[in-house]
Amino acid sequence: MIKQLSQRLLGPVTLLCLALTFWLGLWVTPPDRIQGNLVRLLYVHPAVAWVALYVSFGTATIASILYLWKRTRSFTMDRIAHCAMEVSVVFIVLTLITGSIWGRPTWGVWWAWDARLTSTAILGVLAVGYLALRRANDDSTLRARRSAVFAILSAINVPIIHFSVQWWKTLHQGATVFTSNRQLLVHGSMAWTLLLSFVGFTLLFFWLLRARYRLEVLRESTQQMMLDEALLLRQREGVM
Amino acid sequence: MIRTAWLVAKKDLLIERRSRVLLWQVLPFGAMALLLSGLALGPAHAGTSSAGPGLFYLVMLFVALLMINRSYVIESTPGTRASVQTLGLDPAGVFLGKSLALCVELWLSGLVLLAGTVLVLHTGLHGALVALPSVLVTLAAMSAAGTLYGALTAGAQGAATLLPVLTLPAFAPLLVAGERSFSAALTHSGLWEWWLIVAVALVAYVGVGILLYGVLEES
Repeated sequence: MIKQLSQRLLGPVTLLCLALTFWLGLWVTPPDRIQGNLVRLLYVHPAVAWVALYVSFGTATIASILYLWKRTRSFTMDRIAHCAMEVSVVFIVLTLITGSIWGRPTWGVWWAWDARLTSTAILGVLAVGYLALRRANDDSTLRARRSAVFAILSAINVPIIHFSVQWWKTLHQGATVFTSNRQLLVHGSMAWTLLLSFVGFTLLFFWLLRARYRLEVLRESTQQMMLDEALLLRQREGVM
Repeated sequence: MIRTAWLVAKKDLLIERRSRVLLWQVLPFGAMALLLSGLALGPAHAGTSSAGPGLFYLVMLFVALLMINRSYVIESTPGTRASVQTLGLDPAGVFLGKSLALCVELWLSGLVLLAGTVLVLHTGLHGALVALPSVLVTLAAMSAAGTLYGALTAGAQGAATLLPVLTLPAFAPLLVAGERSFSAALTHSGLWEWWLIVAVALVAYVGVGILLYGVLEES
């Protein structure tokens, strides 16, 4: 009952959160003292990056580990990893696009050889590589094992991206929401809008993941039905 | 595990010694790629550019891709993988053996191409010799990573084209760290931090390979 209700509410709550984020971000919050109206993009970019790097890639990695662990091995885990990685590709591309739009007026260039930008782009290629690897293997068990290993190997890149701003100190700024002492740097309506954007985009990820998962299950069952039909047809041919 | 590793490495190196693919195909390709790099820079800049270390690693990366592919192609004849599996060899040993063989091949190529870099791109000989240990560690890390990625794509549809797509992003941090430590050796500046990154990557890839290679071989 609760599960059904939460599933039904996921979509509307996500839309409500995102609509509120856009309303607050575009009309309610004030422009920044230095960045002016450009700050409004920051209600989208950090939240999208959070989903791309940590939520979706993290989900894919955890599901891959659970698939490889014999006690929890099931194709459900493989399917979750696959769907999460597909959604991850979308969010990584969005992260790069929104970052680039922000970078042009701020840094003067669409793309800079910055450590975080480059490592995020590499993560995007890895995510696409994961999908390519899945397409290259027909056997479902082989595909699941190989892609699970690849997802775990690719996840090594996530802490590199996270710490890149500290290790290399290139253009991309470091942590701007909290200080190293966990003190909030953003206040008032700006802080609430930022928080809401994180919640909204995280919910959007789970909504998309759920939709993609259901689609994958349907695709697999259709494929199985077609296979069964083809087998039945061949059997009939043999009898005749 | 060590015995298996030694056996597998010896087998791979013996095949290489007999087929001489490294000597007659891969090394000439590497030399050509190095020459083309010089041409791409232009005759005026090829001898004076500081891009030598980067170009050396870029060429090594292409050579590594060819050698990784080769390392799994020699096992692609029907029944070879199955017969290796039925022998009951320790997968961790197989991983270490294949990595070791690939590492030796990359080291040999690296030495030749490093000499080529000194000769063609006028990289300082003293700096190249100082950078040599870091080059060897970087190539060892590349071989461990490459063995893993090679196993991931072995037998897959379009394995030859899939391998670079999966391997190049993983090699990118190694390329950066290797190039920085090489450049640092040429300019006599901080060498150790980049060494450390490469060494950590080597240990990480060997560790992950020992743990996960069995899963790939199982399939």
